[in-house]
Amino acid sequence: MNIFKDPVLLVFSLLGLGLVTWLVFYYLDKTRWRKVSPWSYIVLSVMVIISAFPFYWMFIVASNGNEEISKNPPTLVPGGRFLILMGHVFDAAPTFGLSILNTIFVGTTIAVAQVIFSAIAGFAFAKLNFKGRKFLVLFVIGTMMLPSQLGIIPLFMIVNNLGWGSTLTAIVVPALVTAFGVFWMRQIIDAQIPNELLEAASIDGAGVIRVFRSVVLPIIAQSSFVLGLFAFLGTWNDFLWPLLILNDPNQFTVQVAVNQLSASYTIDYALVLGGAFLATAPLLLLFILVGRQLVSGVMDGAVKG
Amino acid sequence: MATATKKPQTPWRVSTQAPAKKKKSQKAPDGAVVKSLNGNWGYLFTAPFVVMFLVFGLAPVVYSVYIAFFQWDPLDMTHTFVGIANFQRVVADDQFWLAVRNTFSIWALSTFPQMLMAIALANVLRNPRLKFKTFWRTMLLVPNITSVLAVAIVFGQLFSRDFGLVNLAREWLGMPNHINFVSETIPGHIAIATMITWRWLGYNALIFLAAMLAVPNELYEAAAIDGASSWRQFTNVTLPGIRNTITFVLVVGTIGGLQVFAEPLTLAGGESGGDSRQFSTLTLFLFEQAHMGNWGYAATIGIMITFIVLIISGINFFFTRRIANGENVQ
Repeated sequence: MNIFKDPVLLVFSLLGLGLVTWLVFYYLDKTRWRKVSPWSYIVLSVMVIISAFPFYWMFIVASNGNEEISKNPPTLVPGGRFLILMGHVFDAAPTFGLSILNTIFVGTTIAVAQVIFSAIAGFAFAKLNFKGRKFLVLFVIGTMMLPSQLGIIPLFMIVNNLGWGSTLTAIVVPALVTAFGVFWMRQIIDAQIPNELLEAASIDGAGVIRVFRSVVLPIIAQSSFVLGLFAFLGTWNDFLWPLLILNDPNQFTVQVAVNQLSASYTIDYALVLGGAFLATAPLLLLFILVGRQLVSGVMDGAVKG
Repeated sequence: MATATKKPQTPWRVSTQAPAKKKKSQKAPDGAVVKSLNGNWGYLFTAPFVVMFLVFGLAPVVYSVYIAFFQWDPLDMTHTFVGIANFQRVVADDQFWLAVRNTFSIWALSTFPQMLMAIALANVLRNPRLKFKTFWRTMLLVPNITSVLAVAIVFGQLFSRDFGLVNLAREWLGMPNHINFVSETIPGHIAIATMITWRWLGYNALIFLAAMLAVPNELYEAAAIDGASSWRQFTNVTLPGIRNTITFVLVVGTIGGLQVFAEPLTLAGGESGGDSRQFSTLTLFLFEQAHMGNWGYAATIGIMITFIVLIISGINFFFTRRIANGENVQ
């Protein structure tokens, strides 16, 4: 138990924990809902800085180089060597750009497929009367509890037997539809579409396809978009499965490519963090565009839990 | 849309649609299907999911139970039936139990401080008069969307021994001895827990915020009229209101916590999890064995992870039931 051997670290951690607890208690006691204590803004600003700092730090290291950060005190402002160092990344991993394109392709395919398959299956599970429906729903929920590692070795074998070893197909196909996506859409459709609406449409003579297209789809469009975004982000950031599957640099996804940069014996931080920055920047751009939708998606999803 | 709730609403209830949805989903009980639609379409609509799920979801799970009874080497294509030898091996394997200990140590260090902070943050965000609401909420979600690997690399650098910012900051604060987060167990676990907390704090705060916004405002008004302080309102109204969410976050966090992989791999710099295997988590151990060609044994580890998840979920379920029953008595 090294933390107890190092009294400084112990005191440091206790102080940190104590500070947080004190802030909580202080805040709860002092605020009235009618006004916002300045502490709120201080706490939130600190959180925002903490949230953003690692990205900023990536950029600092990736634009200064190793010599600059191996100093005490370290440099805390971006340097002017960003493009040169990015060049190093592409020298060390010539297929890095291809990896980003691969990931965009894989992520988009998976996102579109998940939205379509989850929407129709979720609709059927929520609203259609067919035999085995309840059993299947329970089954879906039950399997969501299983950790993904359980089947990962056989899945690897299945995928290899299908001849997809070290290809992007092996990344895409198993992810085309997930139990989580189906369950999520089922909850959304169940909560947002009253049965009376569908009954009225069907009494007017609309068939199932027509009802789905004209009544259900417009209502779940927003939620489908959020599901697609999460599928895309999940694919972009997925690491374990691609690392297991992919050996060919031409087929790498971006995470595997970044990992490749850090795999050497001595870590070249400017190189690795440059790669990490390149792998993260597209997501940050995407987030600027759709962050609001993601926030509402997280919060909507939370209420059912 | 909102026909069920026509109560006068305070500003902060207007700011979110989430609570209204909750009411509606409770109103429509499960099993209320639309009878006038032809149900046979259900087979077609669910077919892609069911087929894909059988091939890539269920079959691997069943198959992994099968190969767990074999000595299965992918390179020379041999596999010998060994009965329960893999299971006997795993329960006697010190490396496995070390991985269990490491996983739980990292899990505990990352879960509990994070829950406390997430609830506190949600309580800050809940204030209806707070300005720039969307900005705060969005910024808090930023860590969650970035890759675990990139985060692990950045934090690995921040925690590095000679020039990591954490050690330099400790130096400025008058603590000249540099901690080697890579070689020491508990500081390393703290470093990994910090990465996990950084990643999930904002996400969980948003979950708690949604749950808090769903607590009926009338309860707070009643409590305020009774002269309850903010602290009492928090303990007597907010906390009971978000109890289910706390359980939900705990269960989801536990399942995620048992799968910790990229952070220890990056910090340790290898699949063994460091010189004394101090960062070898369960998933890393499984991955290491799979890479060494012990597929039967790796499958066995996967089954053990599943058992652990099921046991923990069972315990959680049991406690939630007891708490829920306790509430009904009141």
